[in-house]
Amino acid sequence: MKSKAEIVIIGGGVIGASIAYNLADKGMKDIVVLEQNYIASGSTGSCGAGIRQQWGTKMNCLLSRKSMEIFENMNEILDTKRDIELKQGGYLLLAFSKKELDQFKENVKLQHRYGIPSELLTVKEAKEIVPQLNTEGITGATYCPTDGHANPFRVTQAYVEAAQRKGVEFYTYTKAEDIITEKGKIKKVITDQGEIQTNKVVNAAGGFSKEVSQMAGIEIPTKSERHEILVTEQVNPILKPMVMSFSYNIYCQQTPDGSFVMGYGDPDEPESHNIKSSWQFLEEMSKKATHLLPFLKKIRVIRQWAGLYNITPDAQPILDEATDLEGFFMAVGFSGHGFMIAPMTGILMSEMILGEELSIDIELDLERFENDRLILEPSVV
Amino acid sequence: MDDNTIVCRCEDITLKELRDLIKEGYTTLDEIKRALRLGMGPCQGNICLDIAAREICKMTDKTMEEIKMPRKRPPVLGIKMGELAGDQDEK
Ligand SMILES: Cc1cc2nc3c(=O)[nH]c(=O)nc-3n(C[C@H](O)[C@H](O)[C@H](O)COP(=O)(O)OP(=O)(O)OC[C@H]3O[C@@H](n4cnc5c(N)ncnc54)[C@H](O)[C@@H]3O)c2cc1C
Repeated sequence: MKSKAEIVIIGGGVIGASIAYNLADKGMKDIVVLEQNYIASGSTGSCGAGIRQQWGTKMNCLLSRKSMEIFENMNEILDTKRDIELKQGGYLLLAFSKKELDQFKENVKLQHRYGIPSELLTVKEAKEIVPQLNTEGITGATYCPTDGHANPFRVTQAYVEAAQRKGVEFYTYTKAEDIITEKGKIKKVITDQGEIQTNKVVNAAGGFSKEVSQMAGIEIPTKSERHEILVTEQVNPILKPMVMSFSYNIYCQQTPDGSFVMGYGDPDEPESHNIKSSWQFLEEMSKKATHLLPFLKKIRVIRQWAGLYNITPDAQPILDEATDLEGFFMAVGFSGHGFMIAPMTGILMSEMILGEELSIDIELDLERFENDRLILEPSVV
Repeated sequence: MDDNTIVCRCEDITLKELRDLIKEGYTTLDEIKRALRLGMGPCQGNICLDIAAREICKMTDKTMEEIKMPRKRPPVLGIKMGELAGDQDEK
């Protein structure tokens, strides 16, 4: 292990890997990434892998659209060994009230302004896209044909390998245990495999963002919550888009290998690091899914698992440098949508770290929570 | 066994694909599982994970005891969503 580094990134998920690659791509040397387990072993490896551009704020529209452009060209940009398995089958977002539909109308206008090819659909048009849909209670929908999903393990691995070719060192099964500071500056990172002297640290620790910040004496308002998910046996392709609803609280997609992946958010889920699967989820998920898409009744569940959402009070990430600790950068609190914006997050963080102008205006600083500048994004799960 | 032997029937993975991955430095079952989807099909890795473990031992200096089996995830046998939802006519 190196005893000195220009920067130490804590977390080998898609976010840490994307930041490491972009820093190295801009010419930074001596970059180290620490991962307590194996690459993508945290939320990234357990995620639903959906990539959506249908958002309700300018910032999120830009973050997600520009990220999708990178996903579309990722095999070439990163010269990947294994295809990232991007499938753009679209996202069909369902509204269940007039109010929700009115919000969708506003969102579509905004999305068009930022080049996102979404459209507002009537119930009948939604049924043309997903003929098996039970439209009971649905008031309308929006659809964006270029939304989709990709393989999160492959994407992360692609960033890791491209970063390694540019000299980045990844230490897996290596846990950061403490961050030593002196007079508002970072001195070193202590790991269970030795110490690394550095002046810069990136907190990309996903579900453990709060714990890693605390090592540096910085308090952040993130909390982790379990989110459960399941996968069915593989059947012939029948469902093209991801079907999703905020109010009905569900997402369900068919992956390129033919299996269905689906989940929902339990509003009563307590803060914890628990990632055990529950029987209640299996039952409730099956009820919800078979009601909306009755053909699923005949399809078998083969596996269920759970991962952590790292959530902030406004369900938007924190991309910032700590004011009280120079060189302590944070890319945390993705609140269930960090995979889809990982490509732009890596670019923005590398710009921030290198003191360059940011390529998108973002308001994702830590202080917004104290100054009441919460981001009002209507379209979060 | 030769390179073309299928080690995972659910996902159609050959021994060569497995060996290439181990050569690249993937030496835990968790990593191999995620990279190749080995053991993620309907059989849930009953056969292939053992083969992969033995292959890792042959190609690295790891012993069988050092190889961690991935977490077994419920439900082991496929259950229809209709039954799970409590739908009477599916029983
Ligand atoms: C069920 C589920 C479904 C989801 N679906 C989607 C979706 O459809 N679309 C989407 O965009 N997002 C989705 N998400 C969210 C997405 O998974 C996350 O936002 C994203 O993966 C965050 O990436 P990350 O790199 O920040 O975190 P992680 O992948 O968790 O990476 C952080 C890493 O840091 C490591 N670490 C932590 N502490 C330390 C330490 N002290 N030392 C060393 N290493 C450490 C961890 O082991 C971990 O590997 C979903 C999440 C879940 C749980």
